[in-house]
Amino acid sequence: MLWGSNARETHPIYFHHVLKGIRNGAPLYVVDPRRTSSAQWADCWLGLDVGTDITLANAVGREILAAGLENRQFIEHATSRFEAYQAAVEPFTLGFAERETGVPRAAIRDLAHAYAKAPTAQLCWTLGITEHHQGVDNVLGLINLALLTGHVGRYGSGLCPLRGQNNVQGGGDMGALPDRLTGFQHVANDACRAKFEAAWNCKIPPKPGRHISGMFKAMDQGDLKTLYVLGENPVGSEPDTKHVMATMDKLDFLVVQDLFLTQTAEIADVVLPASAGWAESEGTVTSSERKVQRVRRAVEPAPGTKDDIAIVFDLANRLGHDWGEPNPEALWNELRTLSPMHAGMSYERLEALGGIRWPCYDESHPGELFLHGRLWANPRIGPRAPFSVVQPEPPVDQLDDDFPIRLTTGRRLDEYNTGVQTGAYASPLRRQEAVDISPEDAAQYGLHEYEQVRISSRRGSVVAPVRFDPGLRPGLAFMTMHAPDEVNTNELTIEAIDPKSGVSEFKATAIRIDKMVGASAGD
Amino acid sequence: MSDQSLADAPDLTVPVPPGPVPSAPSRDQRPEVELSVDGQRVSVPEGSTLLDACRQCGIDTPTLCYVETLTPVNVCRVCVVELEGSRTLVPACSRKAEPGMAIRTDSERVRLSRRMVLEFLASSTDVTQSPELSSYMESYGADPERYGERDAQAESKTQPAKVDNELYVRDYAKCVLCYKCVEACGEDAQNTFAIAVAGRGFEAHIATEFDVSLPESACVYCGNCIGVCPTGALVFKAEHDLRERGEWDASRQESTDTICPYCGVGCTLSVHTQDNQIVKVTSPLDQEVTSGNLCIKGRFGWQFTTVASKAADDTAAEGE
Amino acid sequence: MDLHFTADEPTASEVDAVDAVLGAAESRWHGGQRVDPSEAQTSESGHRTAGQRHLLLPVLHEINGRVGWISRGALNYACKRLEVPPAEAYGVATFYDMFSLEQAPPVVARVCDDIACQAKGAIDLCASLERAMGPAGDGNAGRCGWVRSPCLGQCERAPAVLVTAAGERPWTSVIAPATAQAVEAACSKDSPTDGPQVRESVPQAGQASLQLLHRVGSPSAQSLKEYRADGGLRAWELALDQGSEWVIEQVEKSNLVGRGGAAFPTGRKWRAVAQAGGPKYVVCNADESEPGTFKDRVLMEGDPFGVVEAIMIAAFATASERAYVYVRGEYPDATEGMRSAIAELDSAGLLKRACPIEIRRGAGAYICGEETALFNSIEGFRGEPRNKPPYPTESGLFGRPTLVNNVETLANVLRILPQGGAAYAALGTERSSGPKLFCLSGHVAKPGVYEIPFGATVRELIELAGGVSGTGRLQAVLVGGAAGAFLGPDELDAPFTFEGMRAVGATVGSAVVMPFDDSVDLGGVLLRIAEFFRDESCGQCVPCRVGTVRQEELLERLRSGHTIGTLDHERQLLREVSQVMRDASICGLGHTASSAVDSALERFPIFQGATR
Repeated sequence: MLWGSNARETHPIYFHHVLKGIRNGAPLYVVDPRRTSSAQWADCWLGLDVGTDITLANAVGREILAAGLENRQFIEHATSRFEAYQAAVEPFTLGFAERETGVPRAAIRDLAHAYAKAPTAQLCWTLGITEHHQGVDNVLGLINLALLTGHVGRYGSGLCPLRGQNNVQGGGDMGALPDRLTGFQHVANDACRAKFEAAWNCKIPPKPGRHISGMFKAMDQGDLKTLYVLGENPVGSEPDTKHVMATMDKLDFLVVQDLFLTQTAEIADVVLPASAGWAESEGTVTSSERKVQRVRRAVEPAPGTKDDIAIVFDLANRLGHDWGEPNPEALWNELRTLSPMHAGMSYERLEALGGIRWPCYDESHPGELFLHGRLWANPRIGPRAPFSVVQPEPPVDQLDDDFPIRLTTGRRLDEYNTGVQTGAYASPLRRQEAVDISPEDAAQYGLHEYEQVRISSRRGSVVAPVRFDPGLRPGLAFMTMHAPDEVNTNELTIEAIDPKSGVSEFKATAIRIDKMVGASAGD
Repeated sequence: MSDQSLADAPDLTVPVPPGPVPSAPSRDQRPEVELSVDGQRVSVPEGSTLLDACRQCGIDTPTLCYVETLTPVNVCRVCVVELEGSRTLVPACSRKAEPGMAIRTDSERVRLSRRMVLEFLASSTDVTQSPELSSYMESYGADPERYGERDAQAESKTQPAKVDNELYVRDYAKCVLCYKCVEACGEDAQNTFAIAVAGRGFEAHIATEFDVSLPESACVYCGNCIGVCPTGALVFKAEHDLRERGEWDASRQESTDTICPYCGVGCTLSVHTQDNQIVKVTSPLDQEVTSGNLCIKGRFGWQFTTVASKAADDTAAEGE
Repeated sequence: MDLHFTADEPTASEVDAVDAVLGAAESRWHGGQRVDPSEAQTSESGHRTAGQRHLLLPVLHEINGRVGWISRGALNYACKRLEVPPAEAYGVATFYDMFSLEQAPPVVARVCDDIACQAKGAIDLCASLERAMGPAGDGNAGRCGWVRSPCLGQCERAPAVLVTAAGERPWTSVIAPATAQAVEAACSKDSPTDGPQVRESVPQAGQASLQLLHRVGSPSAQSLKEYRADGGLRAWELALDQGSEWVIEQVEKSNLVGRGGAAFPTGRKWRAVAQAGGPKYVVCNADESEPGTFKDRVLMEGDPFGVVEAIMIAAFATASERAYVYVRGEYPDATEGMRSAIAELDSAGLLKRACPIEIRRGAGAYICGEETALFNSIEGFRGEPRNKPPYPTESGLFGRPTLVNNVETLANVLRILPQGGAAYAALGTERSSGPKLFCLSGHVAKPGVYEIPFGATVRELIELAGGVSGTGRLQAVLVGGAAGAFLGPDELDAPFTFEGMRAVGATVGSAVVMPFDDSVDLGGVLLRIAEFFRDESCGQCVPCRVGTVRQEELLERLRSGHTIGTLDHERQLLREVSQVMRDASICGLGHTASSAVDSALERFPIFQGATR
């Protein structure tokens, strides 16, 4: 089951494995407002209305329970708070869900029964789940389904967020999270903190830091005056560009470390030119399947640029700490002494095995193929996995007569995020950046393909050509943020943040499309 | 989330203790099959092919249309061996080993067929960029000149190389019709089906629908067809351009394995460089994530690195 | 699947053609209009809409039949409906000679210039047509065009022409023997011209001794009622009474072997498929395309109910769930006869105890007579043979156990059951049992299909057909088909049995007996045979794809005397080309593409001329 994921385009090689499953007879279900290229492979596509994921998930859970298809044994053995969940989903009948999500009840029932009855089932999601103001609740709603059916912690069954960047998992592993140290060790845990303090010879504050939207709020309120940005382009990637620029303007000092002079770097006080992490540096990254793999230097960095590590070392040196010469392997070995889940991953083993999945506790440990097997152990190891009661809320940016169209955003096969990297190669698939609308809306607004239109939200407006996508239905539009220089989609999006994750609701914007006055055909 | 009591929720600050190491269920051990190869007794797991058996015996068996990651199509017939009791020779790449089989890999009949197949290919195809095929031709004494001038050439073989986009070049004069690209584009990997074999007989050729250009076709430029092409009929445009300029020099090239800079799937990229410049990107066939396959970004999205280097070069030059 | 289509749209008649086969589109997601709002938020694809690819060939036939060619828009629509990638569908469409992917005139005359027709003036006919209708080729802008064709299976009435006309109601006419005037006249009409009667193809018609051809020319072909009155369905009823085990036993005891060319014991196939787990299929191979062969056509035209009855017995005996009859595309009359026989039997409820029977039409590809190529063709793929093993009884049509039998083979079953396998086996010789059909054409006085128990010599067969015609002086006889062998006048006493033919280095093949008088340029015949195989090679494997071309070139060089190096050198090269095709090709086409040429060069002093 792919929920809020267009893996065919965003994770193409992962999708090769899905295709092997399909060829072996596995059914595929895709939940996505758009009938994407992934959905075209699905036995059943559920084209829910944007922002109704929790309703749909709860209805699937209720249907599984109503049909008696839940895995009682697993629920009793390994989970908690089932009764609360059961009571909470009771109102989510198929009929209610059909009205709320737009998906015919037969399709919802089909999905519920297929998922519950499958001997093994994978549930994967991407940003279609997380880029909502209820992103974390969306995820919890899906986890509920895995707990209900026991599709977790077993070979062939599991939950998998498909990570969008080659090392977004590694960033978290290394501790680039507001509340965690390396190896997901919580900053609030005294013993964990003490271990790091001893190794690093410094004090670590026990209070969790801020996630990105928290930082923006702090900047807005004047509590954060200095920002050091490494390999990010928030001006291009954050919602509501106007507001982002105003906020960044309040900083006293902005440092940007990047390969390129990005939109963010352009407004920085200091730019530190870095070399490319994947082909000009040594180190490791962690993939979506928790696999730590080596990256290696294939070409010498361009003159004047430095490895990210070297820049950080230089910075430390200027701040009065001599860390010596940067050595990726030595740093990695230090990390292995502090992070138990990485302890067994020597460079030698990473080379020999072509990567190792965490946790890997010692050098005889093979790394784990899947997680949460402990839930099936008898007696169970560790705490029970809790069901979560989640209740749907509509998207923050509501539709009305002035803004009647739901804009959702996403990615295309040949592009990557704000196009900083992919802009450099001549993709034959690349067409003009446009707003995709349904043929019905095109007819209603009297538009021809590639006609320039004005797209407006409550926050801003942009001009872009229209393109017709038969995978969209009336009232649903699609744009990307791949070419902010051409069409800055984030002028439109809303900075409605999920307080639990700090992620903004990129997936749900209310817009209006207006024909350009005096536009002539062929514009 | 609702206001329900969190009393029974696990404490997130406490690490979860390690459980048993989970692993995939073990596969049944396959029974062994015993056969004889050139008089040598050899035992291979059931389901193995004669090619597997030959390789186990250390016998160099030529192949063109075979590659581990694709379903054997056994069309080139250069791997044929003599099977006792069989009226015709059999393809080693696809014929399964059976108990008691006796095969010969170097008989006069086998050598003749292999030599003729190589001659047939070289007499009808430009094989200059297929070093493997050329070396087999030498060891089998193939002489394509015996067929005279190349007056009978398939139509697809006489057309100039197709350069209809910035990433691929298709030069069908070099195509031996091994079907690998079709398989890689199709069911065996990419499932895009942008190309197929069209026409029949000597005029059979690889084509998009109605021979439309790649940009008009279903092609998504994953480059997986190029990855399996044995003769250089499909090449990266970057390589093609360097070759055209006479600057391609395999002896000055190195390959370094790293991880793709894009999505989180973790594809291994083999970055091929010449004079500190990336010239192409492939992926190892034995890599469990990719099986040698990549997507357009992994295969072609490296140019930002070169661009970055060039930009920095320019800046450095300006500074001097 | 995430398919990509060019912007080309189908015309209304192209949509009608596709819908005529598939019915109206089920949803907007598979070629339908965007009208039903309930489809906007869900769709079913993947496994649920897969499995229609086997309808690709019928759909292409319908488009080509109505419109005269297959346009981009038509292919797009067909692919959307069937969920088939356009590149794949294009690859399939371009495999078959009878489909045009470029605009073509609606009326096309296919003029056979193969060996039997050449012996009867096909070259002159082509020359006259060129004068009358312009050069060959279907690219003409006008209403009518003509093309050269390989053997049309009308050799007994050579020279033969098949006229196909596209339109809302496509029609065909067989003109044989043909004159340029008759062809022109048939082409200029807008309805079919009456063709020759099948009875004329069986000079023995009406003789009491006939077992397989006894109904040809009788009213029994016309209706089920007449068929029953003529003793039809007796074998079927016997099979139902006695049960499938008994049926298979009789077929085994009969020693019947396949009449399609490979001579495999039929009982063994029936047994293997009966024992295999279902679902399984029966395929009647009616893709009779071997040059000089027309016996299956005569059976299907002359006794269609008999052929279908035999298929019903095969399906019953093997407990198959569906049967397919794959009829070559150049046999419109046989197709029609079979179609109406099946329909009548079906509406009489008689297929219920057997299984549904479907007709599939070939589209101009000799290779599809190879059983595994035929499976691929039915499944909607290019007619490329598969590697064997696995054999069809294990993995055949749709990867399932499949019984595949030739038309004549099946027809014999109707003779076996009433008398019992042992009695049947007593007919003919020990190793070649039963009655046999022979295709006599070329220089014989009374060409046609002849039935005679196995055992007669080649000479006796020629005499049965009235002896050598033309100059009356025999030069050579081609036996077994283009994939067979040439015999010299001194070898005519060889019995035309499996063992008798093997003894003289020939095969029974499809039982072709084609004498050539001494006026015939045998080198030219060899070249035509080489050209045939070059044309008909599927192109999949290297030995056959390139070998058939090199063989033809070599023969041309030998014939013209413009050899490369010495004559001996060239003949050695020809032997090596022949050997690699025989040894290393995937299928029978390559294995036998040099048989006739080899046999002729061994026996006759052709191409002995001076070197350059």
